[in-house]
Amino acid sequence: MVRISRWHHDHIWDPTHECMDPEQLRQLQLERLQATLNRVYKNVAFYKKRFREIGFVPEDDLIDLDDIKRLPFTSSEDVSNSYPYEMFAVPLREVVRVHSSSGTMVNPRVVGYTRQDLKTWSNLVARILTSAGVTADDVIQITFGYGMLTGGLGIHYGAELIGASVLPTSTGRTERQIKIMKDFRTTVLVSTPSYALVIADRMDELGVDPKTLSLKYVVCAGEPWTEEMRQEIQERLFALVTDNYGISEVMGPGVAGECLERAGMHVQEDHFLAEVIDPSSGEPVPPGELGELVLTTLTKEAFPVIRYRTGDLCRIIETPCACGRTFRRISRIEGRSDQVVVIKGVNIVPERIGDVLEKIKGERPPYQLVAIREGHEDHLEIRIAITEALFYDKMREQRALVDVMRQKVANFIGITPRIRLIENRSLRRDEKGNVILFIDERKLQ
Amino acid sequence: MLTVRSIHTYYDSIHALKGVSIHVAEGEIVTLIGANGAGKTTLVHTICGLLKPSRGSIHFYDRPIHVLPPEKIVSLGIALVPEGRQIFSTLSVEVNLEMGAFLYRNENDYAKEMKERMFQRFPVLRKRRHQLAGTLSGGEQQMLAIARALMSKPRLLILDEPSMGLAPLIVAEIFKIIQELREQGTTVLLIEQNARSALAIADRGYVLETGKVVLEGTGEALLEHSEVQRAYLGRETSRNWEV
Repeated sequence: MVRISRWHHDHIWDPTHECMDPEQLRQLQLERLQATLNRVYKNVAFYKKRFREIGFVPEDDLIDLDDIKRLPFTSSEDVSNSYPYEMFAVPLREVVRVHSSSGTMVNPRVVGYTRQDLKTWSNLVARILTSAGVTADDVIQITFGYGMLTGGLGIHYGAELIGASVLPTSTGRTERQIKIMKDFRTTVLVSTPSYALVIADRMDELGVDPKTLSLKYVVCAGEPWTEEMRQEIQERLFALVTDNYGISEVMGPGVAGECLERAGMHVQEDHFLAEVIDPSSGEPVPPGELGELVLTTLTKEAFPVIRYRTGDLCRIIETPCACGRTFRRISRIEGRSDQVVVIKGVNIVPERIGDVLEKIKGERPPYQLVAIREGHEDHLEIRIAITEALFYDKMREQRALVDVMRQKVANFIGITPRIRLIENRSLRRDEKGNVILFIDERKLQ
Repeated sequence: MLTVRSIHTYYDSIHALKGVSIHVAEGEIVTLIGANGAGKTTLVHTICGLLKPSRGSIHFYDRPIHVLPPEKIVSLGIALVPEGRQIFSTLSVEVNLEMGAFLYRNENDYAKEMKERMFQRFPVLRKRRHQLAGTLSGGEQQMLAIARALMSKPRLLILDEPSMGLAPLIVAEIFKIIQELREQGTTVLLIEQNARSALAIADRGYVLETGKVVLEGTGEALLEHSEVQRAYLGRETSRNWEV
């Protein structure tokens, strides 16, 4: 049965596209993908070379959307190596904006936008902000950086397009942010989740009662976070908190965003083709399973990317959303693909096991994951340091706790671990004294 | 209503269409623009069944039509106003119109009724109803060609270069007619070299280049697109003149 949405179509920025029939969406994606591939094959030496290496000619070989799976991935190194303009698909005179991403590589990753790209971008951000509750009546405070990064200006243009009153406060100076929030009667805060909590902490210290603010919504992005953090922000700032996803190499903010149902981020599928792959094999994982997000732009002109490996881990959610938007959703970003360990064919982010353990007794115990091979079979062992909260005098109660832990973790990752409670100092540590989250003992045998 | 998926068509052993996908939704004006030889007319002829695609599919209201003969495709509701009008110049205007109702030749009053509607729609044709079509002006011939296509009550009207060879004032008149047709509920696929006029009235457009789609977007976005302006709207030249 279809539930009648509480959020009427009035709250959808572009219902024609956002509520598209899936079959029509596939046709539009195919048309746009063909045009994109025809253009990159002609205009970008990098892609022409890559396609030629596997004998792929877009006009002959892209019959169906699934044919994209034949194409090689584009990595962040590829983009970094193209510094600064090698992967642009239009001459520089057509480019009206250049951004670059921070990063750990020698060269930053540089991206460009044509005039049309900027229009598309503003529209996509307007969609996402609208789905997060923002309207022309709102006062929106943007605490993302306005430098070379895409976050600040990306949100900025979309918010202006909606007609909201934009406060481009940029990052930092928390006390000033709070004063502006109060005096300018900010109704929407755009922030990283951790900075929203920094603001909440600072408000506590300053004795500012968040209930006296005009805040209605907090729009979060920029880093992996947890449902617990969302709850905490909602409770402390008295506002609805939504998640959204952006990545500079693909566009910036505007790639995917949560609606007020807060159950995953709708990917703007008429502009981006999303795949989720097993980070080690590169093969697609079934819907609902954790994997690395891979994105292809369908309308970008200056800087199209084909099968870009984002390094971000999430799941595709295919079930319909009550809001009425038909675009598929992705779960919150659960981590980075270089954090993934694979045990019994299951992708596990060791950090997330800590979240599960934390929920049981309200505190995060020191723990470590160990992959063990016995004969031909692999096992996951979780070693957990006995803290006071986890210690029971009675053996029976202690065992019950271990059972709960085993079950909770099994429900979360899909395989049943062995739980071993050990003394804190017995956990293996690195040279800095930090607990090593994952030890692979399978290689030793 | 119309969905073209990854079609390849050869025309006189020339690989004229290379993996082209387009769609037209009900009530839209969609335009195909591109240079001479880009494949625009080949695409239209493939949709109408005059050429058979070697690969790919064409669906009209979910029904595969790339396997059907042209007359069957017309009967499903696709009418073509061909390039160069192709009217019967030695026959009267009236008889030309009646030809357009060929599919309904067994329904007694159909042709009469539709003819009357066309005369209301294009009063100049009523004035010239007994004249030989060849004696009409270019603009009038184009109106006759459009009226003839409308005689079959098409759901999708395809116009191939309707402005060709016409004076600018007449072109404006023809484009006005196309817009009115859409307002009255006819869906239009418009092939034009006159990119500016076509994009100005189109909801969406596709740019064809050597048998491939290289750009797609709303009419408005394509009009402002620098590549389109340079290649098809002669922006560079006009700028120079203005300076």
